[in-house]
Parts: sequence; C-alpha cells; structure tokens
Amino acid sequence: MDNPEIDINKENPKSKKNSLSILWARLFKKLFSSHNLGDFIFERLTLLFAVLVFLLVILMGYEMYVGSKISIDKFGWSFLTNSVWDPVQEIYGALPIIYGTIVSSFLALVISVPLSIGIAIFLSEVSPDWLEKPLSFLVELLAGIPSVVYGLWGIFVLVPWIRNDVEPFLSEHLGFLPFFRGAPYGFGMLAAVLILAIMVLPIISSISRDILKSVPQSQREAALALGATRWQSTKIVLKDAKSGILGATMLGLGRAVGETMAVTMVIGNRAVISPSLFDPSYTMASVIANEFTEATSEMYLSALIQLALVLFVLTIIINAFAKLLVWSMERKLGTR
Amino acid sequence: MTSSKFFHIKRKITSAVMMSLSLVATLIAVIPLILIFYYTISKGITYLNIDFFVAMPKPVGEAGGGMANAIVGTLMLIGIGGAIGIPVGVMSGTYLSEFGNNKFGATVRFLTDVLSGVPSIVVGVVAYTLVVVPMKHFSAFAGGIALGILMIPTITRTTEEMIKLVPHSLREAGLALGIPKWKTTILIVLKTAWKGIATGILLGLSRAAGETAPLLFTALGNRFWSTNVMQPMASLTVYIYDYAKSPFEDWNNQAWTAALVLIIMISMLSLLFRIITRSKFKTK
Repeated sequence: MDNPEIDINKENPKSKKNSLSILWARLFKKLFSSHNLGDFIFERLTLLFAVLVFLLVILMGYEMYVGSKISIDKFGWSFLTNSVWDPVQEIYGALPIIYGTIVSSFLALVISVPLSIGIAIFLSEVSPDWLEKPLSFLVELLAGIPSVVYGLWGIFVLVPWIRNDVEPFLSEHLGFLPFFRGAPYGFGMLAAVLILAIMVLPIISSISRDILKSVPQSQREAALALGATRWQSTKIVLKDAKSGILGATMLGLGRAVGETMAVTMVIGNRAVISPSLFDPSYTMASVIANEFTEATSEMYLSALIQLALVLFVLTIIINAFAKLLVWSMERKLGTR
Repeated sequence: MTSSKFFHIKRKITSAVMMSLSLVATLIAVIPLILIFYYTISKGITYLNIDFFVAMPKPVGEAGGGMANAIVGTLMLIGIGGAIGIPVGVMSGTYLSEFGNNKFGATVRFLTDVLSGVPSIVVGVVAYTLVVVPMKHFSAFAGGIALGILMIPTITRTTEEMIKLVPHSLREAGLALGIPKWKTTILIVLKTAWKGIATGILLGLSRAAGETAPLLFTALGNRFWSTNVMQPMASLTVYIYDYAKSPFEDWNNQAWTAALVLIIMISMLSLLFRIITRSKFKTK
C-alpha cells in the first residue's frame, strides 16, 4: 500500500494552503477511492438508525419529564409518599397505587416462581425430548395471548369463580387472617394476582429452562456418577443456575409491574391501601389506562404522566438488574 | 446397614416426589391455557358469522352488527407500526451486528433491552405527548407510532442475532471477490439471514396486533368506518376492552368473538412464522 498523502506532507510541511488541500485530498480519497463511498454511506446510514434507537429511549424519558413538570413542581417527592389520590380536589399522591403495583406483582411472583422452576426442571431435567418440544410450545403459547383477552377471560370466568367459590372458601377457613376479610366481591387484588401469575409464568419458565439447559451436562453426569439421585443432581444444577433464575424472576417482575389491560379489567380500580386480598386495588399502569382519557385538567394529566415516568424508571431499574444477573450467569458458565 | 438402606430408599422417594412435582407444575401451567382457549372458542363462536367481518357496529343497545372497521383498523395500525418499526429495527440490528463491536454498540444493545422492558402503556403515554398533543386530536398515526416503537426491540435483536448466525466465510468470500462491504452485507449477508429476520418481523407484528394499552389514548377507537390515518381509528383490542366492560350481554358476546378473531389473526402470523423457520432448518 502506498500512501501518497504522507509523501506530500513531507515535501511541504509548512505550507498552510497545501495542508488544506491535503485534507481535501484525504477526504476525497476516503469518499471516492475504489469502493469506499458505498461503505461510508452504508455504515453511516445504519449508524443513523442505531442513534435513532438511542435517542428514542432518551426522548421517552425527556418527554415524560416535560409532560409531568407541573405535577413534579407541585408535589415533588411527596407524590410518592402521599396516600390521597383525589382528582376532584387536585391532590395526587401515588402511595396506594404504588402499594397496589408492588403487592400485586410480588404476590404473583410468589405463585409463579415455584411453578416456573418446576416447569423448567421438568422440561430440562425430566421430560424426554419428544415431550419437551410440545410442552414448551404450550407454555409459550400462554405468552402469545393478548393481555386484553386475559382480561376478558378474567372478567367473565376468573372473577365469578373467585367470587362464588374461592373467596367464600378462604373467608370461611382462613377468615381469622386480615388478608381474607371483607365482602367477596370478586374484582380485587386476588383476581389481579392470579391473572398476573398466569401471565408471567411463560416468561420466567422459558428463561429458567434455557438457563438450566445451559448448565454443562458434565455437572449432572458427575453427580449421577457419584450415586446421586435425579433430584440431588438437579439441586446441584439449580445451585449453578441460581443467579440466572433470579434474573428470569426479575424479568417476570418487570412484566408484572407494567402489565396493564388484564389487571385494569379485574383489579377493581380503587386507590386504597387494604391488607385484604378481597378488596379492590389499583396499579400504576391501570390508573393510567383507566383515567388518561378522562383527565380534564392539566394538573390531572400531568400527574398521570408523572405516574408513567415513575413506572418507566421502575421498569428500567428492574430490567437492568435482571439483565445484569443473566449476563453474570452467562459469563460464569462461559469461563468454565 | 438397615439405616443406610433406609436413607437410600428415602432419598429415592424424595427424588421421585420432587420430579413428579415438576410434572404437576407443568400440568398446572397448561390448565389456564386450556381454559382460556376453551372459553374463547366456545363463547366466541356464537357471533362468528359473515356479519362480524363485513358489518359495522350497531348503535348502543341494538343487538347484532359486526366489527369490519375494527378488523381493517387493526391491520392498518400494525401496518403503520411496521412501516416505522421494521426499517428502524432491521437497520439498527444490521449496525449492531456489522459495526457494533464498540462502546456505542453495547449501549444501543442495552437500550434495546431497556426498551423491550418498557410497559406498553408507557409507550402509549409517550406517543400521546409526542403526537397527540401537538396535533391536538387522537389519530391512528399516533397509535401506529406507539406500536412501531414497541416492535423495534424485537426486530432489532432478532436481526442482530440472525445476521450473526451467517458464517464468516460467506462474508470473506464476498470481500475476497472485491465486492464492497456494503454490497456484501446487503446482497450476501442479509439475503442469507432474511428468513430469520422475517420471523423477527412477524413476531413483532403479531405482538403489536395484540396490544391494547398504547392504543387507548392514541388511536382511541372509532365506531364508524374510517381509513384516515389522521383520525381516530377502531381496533379489535380496544373493542374487546370496551365491550367486555359494557353492561350489554350482546356486546360481551361480541367481545368474545373479537377475541377469537384476534387470536386467529395472531396465530396465522405465528403459523407463517413457523413455516418460515421450518423451511429455514430444512435447507440447512
């Protein structure tokens, strides 16, 4: 490879006019030499779209910050700690809503995580190959059902069942606990928890299955060779996969926190803090879905956008944490 | 001797119990799936007739009618979403796989993951502040933008993964023949990976077809026939939501039918997805 520019450079080191023309020559060469122009444009073009994705996420945060400016200025951090949500008097405190979001998601995970781990164990450790494919297909089919169809099913099938069978049963046998008191209304925290548990199941179980499968086969063989039973070898595999499963759980949490339609349709939509699972509640996503088109005043709209901002930040933190866990798991297995 | 035998039996029993519990967990997960499909099909079939596809919704309180406008609306909304999401997704995915081995690439990769975790309702709020507020009215365009944003992470990541699967030797062969890199990427790499990319696109589209939350205050809904993208537009999902909440039994039943039609539409997309992936593995 010959480099003509360098030669020119050496010949006229001090001439300013010349160095400018050299710059032009270099640029010209970069743009038009042999087949560089197409590459140049192509790379910049794809870069442009990548930058677009980058800007989009920033823009989302910025738009919501600007949109909620009035509410942020008025309420500040008390938005998160005040427990009165009263659009009529223009007082917006999101505490009961945040409470509803966290409790519903957490309880959904309490139901969903053990089941998901069970499914993951069955699919990766127990089931024969011919059974594994159709079963994982069925479980993943759950993820493909639109949220609003879950909600529809919730209203007409799940809620009546909860009202007529589950809640009377629970209040009769466990009524001494504060969690199972009150009128069996059907719509409420319990319905939301059950429907969320079903909805996050496919996410947690399919990621956990992939993670269990990524644990090297030699781990199982070593355990089995030492005389361990299937369950004992599975326990060793689970120990290896711990952080990955935690990551899958966090991804499920992120989904549960942001789940909108199904929850809005069954949770009862009332911003109250009640220990009873029978009582209606509210989540951040369902408040926005339910009240956004009804928001008549600027302050009301601003408060709802602020709620969206809180939800945005919360899901980013949860997902980043989840990604970190899954990454650390992959790295751990990769270096072995 | 006997005690060791006892422990041997005990741990065997424990193992058998735990392993069967894992089977029970799998069966429990399948129950809601069966229930949801059973109700959607059995309740949805009552209104599944030609009218549903060609007639317009009847005024409040009148029985019958169809959702022709919502079916067209859903297709148009995912069309607008695709027109935004597909180019951005495919191009940024190409960038990530071909030029993205640097800090900026890692950042974009992280941000697409972040974007895929953002709740769809939040995207709806952003589309509202970005499009609806400046335009001063609800529009299908705003809804399409929200759906497009929701498609981007799926398409970007699938494109990247699929392009990475293309063997390096193919690229090198192209470059060795003196073909410029951009031509190699488009004519050889993207052409080899297009089936995989198409599955990603279909996945993104079918997810967008089932979205409701981002449409509630962007495309809003419309009881009349409208194909104007600058006006509110009906969609199946928003109809399901409205009709499910309504006190009219007739509307409730139509919600089930709409759910059935929606699921059929989505499964047709996934069927296409499966056919494409299958033929991909056959040729390999």
